[in-house]
Parts: sequence; C-alpha cells; structure tokens
Amino acid sequence: MNNMTQIKHHLTDQLLIGYAAGTLPEAFNLVVATHLSMCDSCRAAAQAYDAIGGAFLETDAQASMDEGALEETLALIGKGPSAAKPMAASDVPSPLGAYIGGGLGDVKWRSVGMGVRQAVLSTSKSATARLLYIPAGAAVPDHGHRGTELTLVLQGAFRDATARFAAGDVEVANEDLNHTPVAEIGEDCICLAATDAPLRFNSWIPRMAQPFLRI
Amino acid sequence: MFGILDRSHETGASEYQVPYGALKPIRPHCQKANTPTVKKTVLQNTWVEHLKRIQADQDQRAFAELFAHFAPRVKAFLMKSGASPSMAEECTQEVMATLWHKAHLFDPSRASVATWIFTIARNKKIDALRKQRRPEPENLEWGPEAEPEAADILVLQQESQQLTEAMTALPSQQRELIEKAYFGDLSHSEIAAETGLPLGTIKSRLRLALSKLRQTMK
Repeated sequence: MNNMTQIKHHLTDQLLIGYAAGTLPEAFNLVVATHLSMCDSCRAAAQAYDAIGGAFLETDAQASMDEGALEETLALIGKGPSAAKPMAASDVPSPLGAYIGGGLGDVKWRSVGMGVRQAVLSTSKSATARLLYIPAGAAVPDHGHRGTELTLVLQGAFRDATARFAAGDVEVANEDLNHTPVAEIGEDCICLAATDAPLRFNSWIPRMAQPFLRI
Repeated sequence: MFGILDRSHETGASEYQVPYGALKPIRPHCQKANTPTVKKTVLQNTWVEHLKRIQADQDQRAFAELFAHFAPRVKAFLMKSGASPSMAEECTQEVMATLWHKAHLFDPSRASVATWIFTIARNKKIDALRKQRRPEPENLEWGPEAEPEAADILVLQQESQQLTEAMTALPSQQRELIEKAYFGDLSHSEIAAETGLPLGTIKSRLRLALSKLRQTMK
C-alpha cells in the first residue's frame, strides 16, 4: 500500500462522476473508494466532482419543509448521533477492510483452480465485488466481459496484453477487452475486482463453473 | 426555470459579487454596519462560520439559518432521486441532524458547505433509497498541529463559489444536460471540456491540499 506516487492507471472521469453523484452499483463504489484511499490525484478529482453536486444543490429547485420540521430536527439531534461502528485494524484501506471485516488475513478464500483463489464480498446484486488471489507467475483464465470490469491491485502486480498494473493501479476493462491477466514473478498478486455482468471465460470448463463460482 | 437565473436585482455587498440572495450575510451585525474584510465577507457568504458556531457553541440559531437555506434544497434533491415527499422530509431531517453531529469533521479547505451537505444527502439517498452501503475513502484528518491554512480555505471557498456562479450563468439547456450527465441519465461527456467550468483549477488545488495533508501525516 506504499508507493502511492507511482500509481499509473487511474479511474475514469465517468467512474469518478458516478461515485460523486451516487449512481454506481455498490461493488463499483467499493473499488472506487479503495482506489481513492490510495490515490491523491483521483481523490482530488472526486472531490471536485462532489463540488459539482454541491453547486447543483445550491442552485436547483427547492421543496418546502413541513411545518415544525426544524423543531423535529432539533429533537432528533437531542437523541445524539448514531453510534459509529469501531473499525478493525486492517492492512487494506478502510473501505475494503469494512467489507472484509478485518485485513487480508481474515479473507475466506475459495479455490477457483490453477492456484487462483477468490472471495466474493457481500454487496448489492447489480454488480459483484470479489478479491482475487493470483499466485506469482499464475494466470487468471482468459476471459472477456459483457459489462465493465474494474480490477484494482492491492499487492504484487499483474500484466495483460494492454499494460502492467501494480499496487494502487486500477484497470477499467469493457466488453472489447479479452485478456489474460498474469501475476508477475516474485510476489503473489491480490486484486479487488468488480463486474456489473458475469465474466465470459473463453474455455468450456470455466464457463460451466461460472454459476457456481459467482463470477 | 428553477428561478436561479434571475439574479439581476441582486447587488453585491462587497467587491466579491454574491451570487444569490440567499447567501447574503444573515446575522444582523454583519449587514454593512461595519466594513467587513474581503476574507470575512467571503467566508460568511459561504456558511463556514455557521458550521463553526454549531461545532463550537452548539449554536441553534446558526443551525436554524442553515436549515432554512439547505433543508428545502436537500428535500428537493431527494424527491428528484425518487423519494416520496414524506420520505424526503424524514431523510432531510436526518441529513440536517447528521450535519450537526458531524460539524467537527467539516474541512473548509476541502469542500464548501453546500458540497459537504450534498455528500451527506447523497449518502442518505444511497442508504435510504437504494438500500446500499456507501463505501467512503479512508479519512485523512488534519492532525492537531496541522490545521488547514486560512489561505487554502479562502481559495477553495472562492473557487466553489465561482463554480456555482459559472453553473448559474450557463444557459438552462446546457445546465440541464450537465445535470443529466452528472446524475447518470445521459451518457457522460467531459463536463469540464464541454462547458468550460473551472474544474481543472479546483482539481489541482485539492490535489495540492491533499499532498500537503499526506506530508503532515508522515
């Protein structure tokens, strides 16, 4: 989680705007929030897009509040803030830590085959978030996408036909990209990935296994 | 169409043009009784002082003024996002209560008050309307010895006002397009490039502030 200055692959403006406007599926929000925790330039961009929302709020229509709304709100305030959940110590950025319920050591991995492991995180159904564990030198089976796939590197690095992705880098893949990410030799690679449509593996067996693996 | 474009009757209270009537100084003793410094005027017009008073003194009057300005805006935003009027009313009250409880977390070098309230309202929308959790980036908080600098606050607040003014000045059709693109009702095109909104300066300003923040945390 070091080397924040070396991040080379960033979120798209479209994703940053969707995150600011609150229109992305939860799994995408998780990848965005985790990347923002690691990347100052994207965080600054996200805050600038928040500012657009603020300007809309300032200048848009108004709807009158009910009579007594202020008094009711003050009464609500009198009840005190809702208790914040204590955060478990974690070796991953806090938004991801909250979904794992701790750090990488607490992840309940399941084998996908070829040494690759994954853990699906619990989010709303419109998109799926999962952690991928790719042993050094191993490949994730060749796959294309029907929708958008975001892959954020947490540890190690992988390469595919397009580029090299190291810690903090995020790959934004659309349906045109058919790729075989391979973890670099030297360190196992751990990624957080989100898809808004099932992956489409290009070989028979993984495709059969898809409904069971939830990827 | 939202009654925001007709500001011609407004007069600026200082050399910084106040973009809309609602942001005129509110406290009686602020109203031109003395000549406020530019800095003071700008910050008063941006509600930053109100939040400080809520945080420092649990000032209900400051809260009431913020409430009168922002609650109807938050409610309209939530209704536009699909909430029924009664749900929007309830959620707006919760948003404003959150503002009170989290006033100490507001950082005027990183967001305008309107932007900050927008983020609370947006999170409420996701939580209450879409029934989803909202993952937020890891908090970078100023240490006790590294308060944001007054100059940074001033510039960020001014730039946020300029953004709002720029948005207000857009032809209503163009503004609607941006709003649709922003809230995902249209395929996105580069907002800044299309409209010349001063996003670039805000981005670089925020980036600078963040890198400073990282340095203080080392």
